Amino acid sequence: MHKTINTILTGLAFSPNLEANVHESLRLSRMFSSKLVLVHVGHETSEKKQQIKEILEKASDDKQGVQIIFKPGNPVDVIVNYCNDLKVDLLVIGAQQRENLFKHYLGSIARKLTHKVNCSVLLLLKQSMERDACKHIVVNGLEDPKTPHAINTAFYVSKHLGCPKITIVEEIKNKAVDVKVNDDRTLRKATLIKERIKTRENRRVNELINHIDRDFTQGIQVKNQSIFGKTGYSIGHYAKVVRADLLVMNEPKRSNLIDRIFPHDMEYILSELPTNVLIVR
Amino acid sequence: MQKTNTFIPDLPKNIFSGFVVSLIALPLGLGLALASGVPPIAGIITAIVGGTLVAILGGSHVTITGPGNGLVVVVLASVMTLGAGDAYQGYLYTLAAVVLSGVLVMLFGFLRLGLLSDFFPASAIQGMLAAIGLGIFAKQFHVMLGNDDASGSIVELLLAIPAAILEYIQTNQESAIWAGGIGILSLMIMIFYPKIRNRLFQLVPAPMWIVVLCVGLFYYLSPDFPIDSSFLISIPDQVFSKFPSPDFGLWNTPEFINIVITLTLIASIESLLSIKAVDKLDPLKRRSNVNRDLKALGFATVVSGFIGGLNVVTVIARSSVNVNNNGSNRSANLFHSSFLVIFILLFASQLKMVPLSALAAILVFTGYKLANPVNMIKIFKVGKEQLAIFLTTLLVTLFTNLITGILAGILMTFLIHVYLCRSLNFFLKNFLKPNVLMYKEDEEENSYYVSVTDFCTFLNYFRLKKQLDQIPENTKVIVDLSYCEFVDHTVMENLNNYMDAFERKGGNFECMGLDAHGAKSAHPFAMRRLLPFKGKLSLNFTARQRKIKAVAAEFEYMYRLAAPRSEFQLEQFPFFKTKSVTALKNVLQYEGQSLFDAHFSEGAFIAKQEVKMTMMKLDLKSKVPSFVLNKDEGLLEYIYNLNDYNDIKIEGYPDFSDRFYLSGIDEKSIKSFFKDELIRFFESNLYYHIESSEQELLILKRERLASVQELKLFLDFGLRLKNLLDQDYARVEI
Repeated sequence: MHKTINTILTGLAFSPNLEANVHESLRLSRMFSSKLVLVHVGHETSEKKQQIKEILEKASDDKQGVQIIFKPGNPVDVIVNYCNDLKVDLLVIGAQQRENLFKHYLGSIARKLTHKVNCSVLLLLKQSMERDACKHIVVNGLEDPKTPHAINTAFYVSKHLGCPKITIVEEIKNKAVDVKVNDDRTLRKATLIKERIKTRENRRVNELINHIDRDFTQGIQVKNQSIFGKTGYSIGHYAKVVRADLLVMNEPKRSNLIDRIFPHDMEYILSELPTNVLIVR
Repeated sequence: MQKTNTFIPDLPKNIFSGFVVSLIALPLGLGLALASGVPPIAGIITAIVGGTLVAILGGSHVTITGPGNGLVVVVLASVMTLGAGDAYQGYLYTLAAVVLSGVLVMLFGFLRLGLLSDFFPASAIQGMLAAIGLGIFAKQFHVMLGNDDASGSIVELLLAIPAAILEYIQTNQESAIWAGGIGILSLMIMIFYPKIRNRLFQLVPAPMWIVVLCVGLFYYLSPDFPIDSSFLISIPDQVFSKFPSPDFGLWNTPEFINIVITLTLIASIESLLSIKAVDKLDPLKRRSNVNRDLKALGFATVVSGFIGGLNVVTVIARSSVNVNNNGSNRSANLFHSSFLVIFILLFASQLKMVPLSALAAILVFTGYKLANPVNMIKIFKVGKEQLAIFLTTLLVTLFTNLITGILAGILMTFLIHVYLCRSLNFFLKNFLKPNVLMYKEDEEENSYYVSVTDFCTFLNYFRLKKQLDQIPENTKVIVDLSYCEFVDHTVMENLNNYMDAFERKGGNFECMGLDAHGAKSAHPFAMRRLLPFKGKLSLNFTARQRKIKAVAAEFEYMYRLAAPRSEFQLEQFPFFKTKSVTALKNVLQYEGQSLFDAHFSEGAFIAKQEVKMTMMKLDLKSKVPSFVLNKDEGLLEYIYNLNDYNDIKIEGYPDFSDRFYLSGIDEKSIKSFFKDELIRFFESNLYYHIESSEQELLILKRERLASVQELKLFLDFGLRLKNLLDQDYARVEI
């Protein structure tokens, strides 16, 4: 079952993205009717304070519920601690952008944060001042104990963001097909098996959806899509191709140095953010 | 697919086809073995073993197996280096290498390395084949002129050709004159054979004509045949009772290992390329089981090596003869080997009358075909850089050996790619990424969508191939390369092969997203790179653009590569309310109907997204109310922004109301506009998203570019809708 988002925390850096970041966070907190905490890891100066104040004033008329914290220290530790202490439900991190307009990446701090915090993480790469309506959410439908939670959350989020369309993506591994395509005969066999797996997967996902609160599923167009490719990577690729506005993923497994060198699953998505990503915990 | 057993009814034509193939395989087998510096019978043994075992165990359908051209140069070098002057001992050592390479080829099959050939850039393979051709040509030209002893490197032999011709003219040795004469005559037969369009004459393949004429000449001139027996083929008397056995004595020397690796690599590449090529010829359009074939070829090679034969490979020329003579299954291969056994048993003494020079002439012709300068011109047309790769491979092979040559070709290809992209990092970073996504886009239409990111070259083509091979060839496939920054010649050529395969089996295969890429030449296989500068249009049409142009010509539309972005005033439509048009490409126009690829951007600065979408605009004769017609799903999302639009239900048409979602401002005029005829039209046609503004309609389908097939449907839909509205609605008052 989904967790209600009561508190949102945004880490702030005084970068050109600052204003857009604050705007996005405010918008999110309003949509989820939740409390917003803005944390800047660094010393408090009147200059910085003034800057944030100006942005907040420009952005909204009611600043209630916005808490601003300045705290020097190791950025990862500071934010992780606040997330625990304030019982934060959603951590918002803005992605930086490369010289190349089309690619975004996560700084090493953000990457560490996604692994260390105990709450859901929203990685934003399309921060903007104006509201950019969320039109399409893609969520993973892997056969995994965490998936029902992720799908639940996707519906919860889409309800609050007013998103009309959710696509649940089942990544079918080539291994699952278990027939090596060599010639026409094996190809026919493999195609049949794939169809069967697809039907089975669709049934599984539909079962999951049936268990979700009707309030959340109503009025949302749901689509099941089976894709073939590398688990973890291909769903990002899919989100990019269909130009989804949000990709909802399960919590990643622990990662270590080897995962960075030979990336898999979540590492692919983190190394090449295809769109906004919500990692559900 | 229904499986009918046609084996027995097809038997006669396979026997006949096997017979014709054996006619060509006999002289070729003898010749290839001779050119390889091994006893001529070795070639026949190879063909017999290969034909039998691969026919039984193999996974392809109409291929013929036997000794291959590609290995001639390698085996010749092997016999010379391993034998250190003793040709027969060198032959025995080489047999051991053949056995081991057979084991390796078999291993390739078990490890499913059938995709091995995909790792070699197309131009490098061409260069390698040309080098092999030159190697055969250089040596055999001398033999053809009656000089058996010519030796040296390929380059030396080539340079010695003018001298050899002079020497032949001046010689007074009777045997050599006759041998050379027969050689030249044989070459003439090879050259002019295709030009003689006589059915009876064409029944027997050219190489067999040469053998038959030689034997006839021998009988005519006997008993004092003017050619010394050293110029004639020698065939042992007990072919099938006394086999030479391989000598593994040198197994641990680097030369030996080098030869085993070269044999394995060349044999696999030649076989894989041939299988691929023969599959294209198969009239029944079957797909070969490449890995199973490799296993069978490897096993046959092991057996062949143990009884004195060479590597068994799939051979293209003999296979194509098989297809041309209506060979339809593997039994043709078996019959070809059976006929060879019969020939050797019955005509061994006659075969001994054939001069070596006659067989050399066949090989000179083969070598020339492989190294044909026309190939070089073809490659040059694809691009200068391809010629560089080709020449690098060719020259390095000529001066060193095949393995070094092909490695140099691969390295050169990679360096050229790095130079063109001006980034080594780009390749290193993205090499390991699983950059291919495939999914079934539409259940009903049975269409697949494949998207490739980053780059797609010979280095990672196997990923794309793996996905494409999973798609049945009778479906529709769209390969979207718009996220792919660099596509090389090897991939373009392979995609083209897929296009052919899908077309042959009733499917449809289209590549798109390349319009924004710059090409190195006008050739369809030329490599393509995403242009770094926006707005710079490549002068070289992509396949899609050429097809669109053809569609335009066919249906009498006017085609333009691009239009000024304000031409259609798209901003007036609700769809473009939050978007800005950046370019209009591939415009088709005819009397108020315009179809085009709109490139537009959404969002601002950071959130900016570039989208390309095919859409159509209709200029109507009369004014229509503002409305948006949508399916219950689909492009619905953005409608949320249209505050002043209301949902409109048309009563009495449950099917229409179920499937479509109509909204607009003026409910009354919309209701009167959507009359029976129009509603029936929408109900009975493919779904499109339609919106109106004044006298104009904007029609959209998917949020991507349309394939050429979809484009035609689009045009047809627009034309019929326009006719309906213009004719029947011109009178309606709104």
